[in-house]
Parts: sequence; C-alpha cells; structure tokens
Amino acid sequence: MPSPGSVPLHLLPPGAAAKVVGMEAGGPKRRRLLDLGFVPGAVVEVVRRSPFGDPTAYAIKGSVIALRREDAAGILVRGDV
Amino acid sequence: MTRTADADRIVAALYERAGTLHRTAVTRRVPGRDLTPVIDSILSSPLTGFPLMLLTLGLVIWVTVAGANYPSEVLARAFQAGERVLAAALSAVGAPAWAGGFLLDGVYRGLAWVIAVMLPPMAIFFPCFTLLEDLGYLPRIAFSLDAVFKKVGACGRQALTMGMGLGCNAAGVVSCRIIDSPRERMTAILTNVFTVCNGRFPALITLAAVFAGGAGAGRSAAGGGAAAALVVTAVVLTGAVVTLAVSWLLSRTLLRGAPSFFVLELPPFRRPRLGQVLVRSVLDRTLFVLGRAVTVAAPAGGLVWVLANTSVGGSTLLAHLAGWLGPAGAALGLDGFILAAFVLGLPANEIVLPILLMSYLSTGAMVEVGSLEALGSILAANGWTGLTALCFMLFSLLHWPCATTLLTIRKETMSARWTAAAALLPTAVAAVVCAAVAAAGRLLGVG
Repeated sequence: MPSPGSVPLHLLPPGAAAKVVGMEAGGPKRRRLLDLGFVPGAVVEVVRRSPFGDPTAYAIKGSVIALRREDAAGILVRGDV
Repeated sequence: MTRTADADRIVAALYERAGTLHRTAVTRRVPGRDLTPVIDSILSSPLTGFPLMLLTLGLVIWVTVAGANYPSEVLARAFQAGERVLAAALSAVGAPAWAGGFLLDGVYRGLAWVIAVMLPPMAIFFPCFTLLEDLGYLPRIAFSLDAVFKKVGACGRQALTMGMGLGCNAAGVVSCRIIDSPRERMTAILTNVFTVCNGRFPALITLAAVFAGGAGAGRSAAGGGAAAALVVTAVVLTGAVVTLAVSWLLSRTLLRGAPSFFVLELPPFRRPRLGQVLVRSVLDRTLFVLGRAVTVAAPAGGLVWVLANTSVGGSTLLAHLAGWLGPAGAALGLDGFILAAFVLGLPANEIVLPILLMSYLSTGAMVEVGSLEALGSILAANGWTGLTALCFMLFSLLHWPCATTLLTIRKETMSARWTAAAALLPTAVAAVVCAAVAAAGRLLGVG
C-alpha cells in the first residue's frame, strides 16, 4: 500500500534522511530487507555512493548497509523524519 | 489484509519491542571521535579510493615477497642439513641406492621445496589479509568494485574471494561461501584460479627477476627487484582482467541469469586485535593450507623421481613425456619439458620450476639453484627467450588449478562436472592466450 508522497529509496540523494513507509520487493529479498531493519517506521539515511555511483550505503538501525540501485528501489520512503 | 502485510507488521512489532529493550538496557559510552566517515570518504572517492586499493595490493605483495625471502633461505638450508643427516642414516643402515634416491631426492625434496617456498609467504600474507579484514577495509573494496562485477553478471563480494585467492586458491574457493547466489558463487569458484596464488608467486618472481630485472646482465639487485615486482603486479592485474572477462562469458553461457540481490554491511573501522589476527590466520589458514599442500607434495616428489629415473628405450619416462608434449608446448610458446613440468606440478604449483630444472639438468632429482645468473644461463642454454618467459608466466597464471584446489572445488560444489569445468575452462583460456601471444611474438620477430 504505497502511501501518497512516498518515493523509492534509491532516488534520495546522499545526506538525505527519510522514514520507511512500505516495501515493494517480494520473496526472499523482502525478508532479507526486513531482517536488516528496513521495517515501516524505521529512519534511513543515505550515507554515500560508491565511486562508480552504485551501490549506495544506507545507515539503518545503527549499521551501514550497501544496496544496489534496483534493490533499494523496492523500499518506499517518505521524507518527513 | 494480505499475508505479507501481516508478516511486515510482525517484523515491525519485533523491531519495536527490541528497540524498547535496547533503550532500557543498553547504555552507550560517549564514543571518541569516530573516524569512519572520514576514512570512508577517502576510500570511496574515485580519485583516492582506487589508487589506495592498488597501493594496498602492491604493498601486501611486496611485504610478502620481500619478507619471505630470508626465512625461505633459512628453511632451505635447514632442509639441506636435514637431508645430509638422513642420507648418512640411510647409508648406515645399508639402504639400497634406489631407496635413498626415492625417499630423499624424491619425497623429501618435494616436501622441502613446498615448505621452504610456501610456508614463509603464507605466514606473512594471511596475517596481512586478516589484518585488512579486521580493520574493516575488505568490505570497502567490495563496495567500491561492485559496479564492475555487476556489469559482468557477478557479485561484488567476488573481489574478496579473489583477495583470499592471492594467498591460496583452495582458501579462495572456500571463501566463496560468502556469496549467497548459487550462480554468482559458482562464477567466483570457477574463476578464482585466475588470481595468482602464493604457490605460483615464487616462479613468477624468479623469472621476472631473470628476464625483466636483468639479473643475468648484472644490473643492480634493487633495480631488478623493483622491476620484478612491477612485472608480477602486472601479471596479477592481467589475472583480474581475465577474471572479469571469463565471469562475463560465464554469465552469458554456462551460468546464465540476472544479477541477484546484493547486500553488504560496512562495519565501522576499528583497531585490529593483533593477537587474534595472528592466531586466526596462522591456525585457520596457514597451517590448514600447508597441511593439504604437504600431503600432495610428498607423494608427487616420489612420483617425479620415479619418472626421472626409470628408463625405457634409452631415455627416461620424463623425457618421453616431454617429447610427446613437445609439439603442444611449442605451439604455446613453451617446450615439451615446460608443459611436462606443469602437468607433473598438478599436485602443487611450487614444484613446477624445480621439476623443470631437474629435467633440463637431467640430474634425476630436484635441485636448488645457486643464483639467478645460474638459472638464467640454464634457461638460455635450453632455448629460452623473453617470449618463452612471458608465455611461461601467462600459462602459470591461467592454467588448471592445483590438485588441492580441485579437491576443494569438488567438496564445495559437490559436483564432479563443475570440478571438471573448473579444470578445463582455465586450461582452454591458457591455451588460447599462450598460443596467441606466441604466434604474435613470432610474427613480430621476438623470440
């Protein structure tokens, strides 16, 4: 249920922070992302991009996790932290 | 409500509860200045990140090569002394000549070569590698290089398994367990052999010193050493390029499929625990790998001795083998003896050069060559040119994995067919590349 105003995580620029509102990924990918802490309500911050621009490192629940663009696209966030 | 939405709410509730517990139970000491973001911004900048990566690679290789030199010499001398004692003991009990030859010139020298050549570099390389791991640097390499590996249909973590392969390909193959996707894991396993391992470094360094370093021409040792280190680093980088090319080919043929999900944690940098690093790398890696190498090198030494000392129709079995492999060797820019040495060196790459010298000198036993000059003149007397040395190095880089690595691949993949692929694929690559280089070299009139 993508709520209005939500954007896929990979569109956020480095330095931006947002709140996870939903997940479009399915299957094992969805589970893995949930395990890592990308749960609704969690605050995620874009830390930095790799030298080639992809993957990107995200700070979530106290750890830093790198995700590729297409994997981060499955996470919906809203910028009202 | 769908089931996934329910599951999501359950996970969110679990995190909520964990968060509450965490807030009530855990107090955090105010941390000192955490340098992680600063270091990370240096490491992930294209301007500084990649040069630092190359520098680290070169430094680890140089420390391993330079540091292993002296202990290797000491070990070799100790083994020579041990051989004299054993020889005296054998003649005291009245053992026949063939028994002494088989046991000392074959089994014992095979074992001595592998330990003297391999133990010191491994005892230096693995702690260096574990240190980088403990520091938190290795995930940053995977982070920086993932885009390249994604392009060829592989996983960024393959960069780490390649790094491990620098120490030992068998250890590199085991480390491929860190790759989740079975397809990408197989790609990493099949291409790990293109990362030069410690067993192959000594021969590469020696030949680089003789042919590129110009040790034979009497240039300064230091200049020769630097030139040799450059050549060896170039060989390692060639291996990385071949790894990417073959990974790309595999992801479009045998291992077709889309890149899978990629997750990588970037832990904060921390001070490495030196004691733990030493214990872990010496016990877990060095001794384990060495034990396996020794169990294959000793029998291999015996077999080579038998082949070099059994004559049929006027020449030894080894000479027959070399004669039979002659045409193939010539096409690859090598000769029959070199190819025979690579075949007989299957159990352990360390013994390829000793076997080759043994067959050139027809001494019937593996020899210890006194100096680079002596080695250079032996090779020149047997028709070696710069082109031969180049083809030898390329063949060493690209050819089939050693027996220990193949056994490990069999264990890790649980498939005889993938193991066969792991042997045939590099062999085909080595044949194509060496034949092309040899043909081009002859066309240009070098060698």
